[in-house]
Amino acid sequence: MALDESGSRTRDPRTSFQDMILTLHDFWSANGCVILQPYDMRMGAGTFHTATTLRALGPEPWNAAFVQPCRRPTDGRYGENPNRLQHYYQYQVILKPSPGDIQELYLDSLKAIGIDPLKHDIRFVEDDWESPTLGAWGLGWEVWCDGMEVTQFTYFQQMGGFDCKPVAGELTYGLERLAMYIQGVDNVYELNFNGRGTSYGEVFLENEKQMSKWNFEVADTDGLFDLFAKAEAECRNALDNDVPIAAYEQAIEASHVFNLLQARGVISVQERASYMGRVRDLARSSCEKYAELMRPRWEAQYPDWSLV
Amino acid sequence: MADFLLELRCEEIPARMQAGARKELDKLFRREMEAAGVAVGNLTIFSTPRRLALIARDLPKETEAVREEAKGPPVGAPDQAVDGFCRKNGVTRESLEEREVKGRATWFAVIEKPGQAVADLLAAAIPAIISDFSWPKSMRWGDASISSESTRWVRPLSGIVALLDGEVVPCVTDGMASGRVTMGHRFHSDGGIPIDDADDYAPRLRDEYVIVDHEERANIIREGASNAAADAGLKLVEDEGLVIENAGLTEWPVPLLGRFDEAFLDVPPEVIQLTARVNQKYFVCEDADGELANAFICTANIASVDPTGVVDGNRKVLAARLADARFFWELDQKKTLAEHAKGLERITFHEKLGTVADKVDRVAKLASWLVFDAKEPNGDHQLTRTAAELSKADLVTEMVGEFPELQGLMGGYYAQKEGQPQEVADAVRDHYKPVGQGDDVPTAPTTVAVSLADKLDNLLSFFKIDILPTGSKDPFALRRAALGYIRLVQANGLKLSLDQVVHAWDSQPNQSLAEKLTEFLHDRLAVQLRDEGVRHDFIRASRDWSGSIDMRIDRVEARARALTRFLGSDDGTNLLAGYKRAANILKKEEWEAKEVSYSPEPAEKALIDAINAAAPKAAAAVNEERFEDAMAALATLRAPIDAFFDEVTVNDDNENKRAARLDLLARFTSAVGQVADFSRIEG
Repeated sequence: MALDESGSRTRDPRTSFQDMILTLHDFWSANGCVILQPYDMRMGAGTFHTATTLRALGPEPWNAAFVQPCRRPTDGRYGENPNRLQHYYQYQVILKPSPGDIQELYLDSLKAIGIDPLKHDIRFVEDDWESPTLGAWGLGWEVWCDGMEVTQFTYFQQMGGFDCKPVAGELTYGLERLAMYIQGVDNVYELNFNGRGTSYGEVFLENEKQMSKWNFEVADTDGLFDLFAKAEAECRNALDNDVPIAAYEQAIEASHVFNLLQARGVISVQERASYMGRVRDLARSSCEKYAELMRPRWEAQYPDWSLV
Repeated sequence: MADFLLELRCEEIPARMQAGARKELDKLFRREMEAAGVAVGNLTIFSTPRRLALIARDLPKETEAVREEAKGPPVGAPDQAVDGFCRKNGVTRESLEEREVKGRATWFAVIEKPGQAVADLLAAAIPAIISDFSWPKSMRWGDASISSESTRWVRPLSGIVALLDGEVVPCVTDGMASGRVTMGHRFHSDGGIPIDDADDYAPRLRDEYVIVDHEERANIIREGASNAAADAGLKLVEDEGLVIENAGLTEWPVPLLGRFDEAFLDVPPEVIQLTARVNQKYFVCEDADGELANAFICTANIASVDPTGVVDGNRKVLAARLADARFFWELDQKKTLAEHAKGLERITFHEKLGTVADKVDRVAKLASWLVFDAKEPNGDHQLTRTAAELSKADLVTEMVGEFPELQGLMGGYYAQKEGQPQEVADAVRDHYKPVGQGDDVPTAPTTVAVSLADKLDNLLSFFKIDILPTGSKDPFALRRAALGYIRLVQANGLKLSLDQVVHAWDSQPNQSLAEKLTEFLHDRLAVQLRDEGVRHDFIRASRDWSGSIDMRIDRVEARARALTRFLGSDDGTNLLAGYKRAANILKKEEWEAKEVSYSPEPAEKALIDAINAAAPKAAAAVNEERFEDAMAALATLRAPIDAFFDEVTVNDDNENKRAARLDLLARFTSAVGQVADFSRIEG
């Protein structure tokens, strides 16, 4: 732990997981981002956050950064694998329109958390992104640091089936991986969480054990099927009543419930495609409805702009 | 003369697209210059992840002035016509000149095109090149992307350098102006780097840690990786694809060798190599005995102040990947292949063709029939059955899920590990072979049987639901399956009759299925043999020889090859001519068999004797599939048939003579026809 002249603790992203997050918050805050708190729903990736998906639509500028807890039920390993978690954190930055110096900004953020690019080999390696669920795609890279993927970097081209006008740049940092790299730790549970010796394992190991067990063995599958059907119905209800944000939340819910059903191993190969199609329908309809609802405001503010 | 430099700088271009981009830049630059009338000589094109550059040497500074004349309407034509002509050519009426054309006064426009400055032409060409540039995938970005019409590029375009003899060629595209300032290496260079001229470009950037020449970077990687391996007492496993890819990922390549934990060497070497190559773009090395060593070579893009740290970071990533691979390797072995194979019941082979488990059943049945009933190849029944039943089990293993290209290979390893006989393990491993042109063809009977059965089942299954390749579309790789079947038959001297195969495959076959299969295989055979000079019509003549189609492609091939040699000889060509002549006469005279008593003339007698001698010989030889001998027997007919046509008039006034002679010609054609269907031969 580092102390400043007055004896109080200074931030050190190289020895503290939370300081790394706070440093990123400081960095992106200083660069004009709205710093949001996580979305209060279970989701598989930060991209599902409305601050990313729905805000990628329309002409209005939008700059935001936030941590999003992600749940990937099938990645659970009962706390026994040093690299795999069913719950972990992503740091998302969304910059719209994408600024001309976005790569330099990103590299400065790495320097801020202690990665020296003259010491470590940083590379932008082709990796295009596509989410059929969201009717979205973009081009970009995975960013490598000494061969390890630390960030997903995407220029959104389409969202909800609409061209992004303007294009947003999305950065997704894998926080645990990045921290493991910076702290020089081989096991995620050994990460120093707070710079004072509380480990990641103390915070999350029990959670991983119990949630892995629930995801794979315990969750009531009839109840989950029921939840899926209810989310689907509620999504339609919200769409019918012109509240697409609420509809979109139900699409997120359906998507996660589907992931849980997958982890429980009760969806056959044949059914899988059909469930994915249903989730895709919900998400796309919600995006479309949102765009349609916002369109008059957008077109009034930006006379030269058109949705399609 | 002037030298031109163009640099289009952008964010990281995917490595796999750089070669195509260089060609595209070459093509578009030449197109624009040709349209502008500028002669282009030597072009040099470079690419790095962050720039495409072009150097054109010895461009003219100006295009030549051109004087053109255009013939217009005759003098006295209506004003409308004359005015239209003037508009079209951009001249005034007063400037028209009057000339005589065939005694008629006619208006001529004289158009003077002054020489143009090449700098101006280049300034117009650059935005055109950018807007017409075709990338496999392109994108929009930034403020301009509020319109979907904004410039598209592979990744955001960040700068244009355009210098003609050191002077900036000014142009603007999407608000971005050309200049002389570029950027050096992303981390080893600071701020803008002004370029003097084309000669200055590569050396100036080299000072800024950018090697602009992709070939030079590839050489550095090739030699650097090879030396790094040698320094460690190892030998680099060469991989030209990786060299090019790494050259496309770096501006300042630095190959570095690292070691991974020796314990990972328990995992099959192919898996380690694939993990290193596909996921991390690393080279691997071999020791003196040719065994995979616990070493990797990564290519950094910096001259790091801490190369050991870079290697160590890469080692950790590779270790995590190899740990995953080892986890799969060990997990997969917790079940036997037979247990894995049960999982195939959940995988659809094709919506109309059931599951992969169903396919495996069919393949096992057919493979058993091949060795047990047909004895083609002559192999062990039980081993074949087991190998076929296990052949697809690895498709549901974790390892093949991760690396689909390891199908077969992993099954072979797992079969060996669980103690299956070597023949079974080999057959599981190699039953997809032969895959490509250069791939070796299996010869071990168990492998041959499973491989044949797998390919035949693919062909028959899809033919049965009327899926055949059309044009360039062959989504189920049926042409490859057919060629695989042919090469297996050839390499192993198999004598398989396709109608029997179809019976063994399908208890209620229909004739058209066997015919479809035979037809398709013969077509592939014809394509394969074409390169060896065996003509398509020779294949047809060899296939349709006794009123039905020969269902054995080995026999068709042998006959076609003998026929090719025979028809390449003097005897063959002449006999064919005699045959055609005889067949034409018979057709024209509408010959019908008739009993006549008649004493033949000498030439007729000679032909009769020759046929009597040759026909049984040829028939016997054909029966025993000695086609060379059959052809040799036919060759003895050449002289008698030539003499017959020289000395005898078929169409004699005497009805008896005519009938007897036609009858003789019919005997001749039928004797020849039992060896091959000569009527199918063209020319």
